[in-house]
Amino acid sequence: MAQAPELKLVPTPGQTIGPFYGYALPFEKGNELVNQAHPAAVRLHGVVYDGNGEVIPDSMLEIWQADEHGNVASADGSLVRDGYTFTGFGRVPVDNVGHYTFTTVNPGPTEEGKAPFIMLTVFARGLLNRLFTRIYLPEDTEALANDPLLASLPEDRRKTLIAAREEDGSLRFDIRLQGEDETVFLSYPRES
Amino acid sequence: MSTQTAPDESFENAHVLDPAASTASQEDISTEIRDIHEAYRQQVLAGAKEETQPRVDFAPYRSSLLRHPTKNLHHTDPETIELHSPAFGQRDVHILESDLTIQHNGEPIGERIVVAGRVLDGDGRPVAGQLIEVWQANAAGRYVHKRDQHPAPIDPNFTGVGRAITGPNGEYSFTTIKPAPYPWKNHHNAWRPAHIHFSLFGTDFTQRMITQMYFPGDPLFALDPIYQAITDQKARDRLVATYDHSITSHEWATGYNWDIVLTGSNRTWMEDEEGDH
Repeated sequence: MAQAPELKLVPTPGQTIGPFYGYALPFEKGNELVNQAHPAAVRLHGVVYDGNGEVIPDSMLEIWQADEHGNVASADGSLVRDGYTFTGFGRVPVDNVGHYTFTTVNPGPTEEGKAPFIMLTVFARGLLNRLFTRIYLPEDTEALANDPLLASLPEDRRKTLIAAREEDGSLRFDIRLQGEDETVFLSYPRES
Repeated sequence: MSTQTAPDESFENAHVLDPAASTASQEDISTEIRDIHEAYRQQVLAGAKEETQPRVDFAPYRSSLLRHPTKNLHHTDPETIELHSPAFGQRDVHILESDLTIQHNGEPIGERIVVAGRVLDGDGRPVAGQLIEVWQANAAGRYVHKRDQHPAPIDPNFTGVGRAITGPNGEYSFTTIKPAPYPWKNHHNAWRPAHIHFSLFGTDFTQRMITQMYFPGDPLFALDPIYQAITDQKARDRLVATYDHSITSHEWATGYNWDIVLTGSNRTWMEDEEGDH
């Protein structure tokens, strides 16, 4: 991998989302990437925890993912949904007990043999800058074993990035901002 | 819309403090901030890289104590999905949503302002056709959010939410009311400097960010642990808009300029590299 080119401008600092985004950012069907009646609909859900293992009731999550065939969507309508177009984007405020649900599809691999994952961004009161992570699907164990990010992590950290498949087909993915089993959060090239 | 509630930074349970908060005085908080900043200056003098982002571990902001990762962010090269971003367009945002002063039947109370600027990426390229969202308190320092129980008046003519799609040169412009400072419960007699929240998308989802824009010369800057979580003065200055008389309009509104720089896109250089094979 070549070296990422230097930035020409210094990025603007982030700040916390604060406590009062609830009337501004959530939007209708923000957590429905597809309708629940869609034949491939899957529930992705979990809980956001703080360093004491307490739930965080004022966090907002966003996901961005490929469709079930591994295609990256480029259609607009991510905010005003028509109920039919898959735009790949979802946003949801967690509920009073820190729980979230998205209705989506299992993303397909964007390239043959790659481990499919959903990109996740975490915002919260008390969190001074957004955090990025990945939600891997648990099924393709060979692709998971060959994934460069997962391979670079020790076993106990790697498992924080792999969702569990529940009996009804739902994906379960909890997020721990701190503490034992702290979720692996990511940085990317060209952030500064 | 969310209807969730929780007894923390709100005023609805005025006697209930955030478990992570203390009854520290402003002097205690300011001393903690000063010590962290001084340690940072010494690190820079010793050759450490200048910081450009807030620390996520910043104890003077008490709510951050249990809500920051203790392990370093794990560096990874982006995969395909991370090199793209969700799309928004005229379907998603009506052109009038950028004027926060016309959402109700009457004129909101307060100082009418225009905040305008450009969204650029780390290479200085405009971020065109992307979603930009803002939200803010009213001219009395009150949010419409039901958890904000600060005893200042709600303005029936002001919600404080705006959206826009950036233009071909990354430009945006919001007409709004200048927000006021407001009290919060981080410590005794804590007040936030006046600010507008901004939410931004780039061409790669890795450029996603949420931040706050401040107004020049705010006397509360030095006292605010959220703003001061950015340890570097030059980085802090990047969140402060500039009064701009060329944006001010005759007998109508004063104007502020604020440009936003996202991180660098990884799509172009990584695709170029793939093309080299």
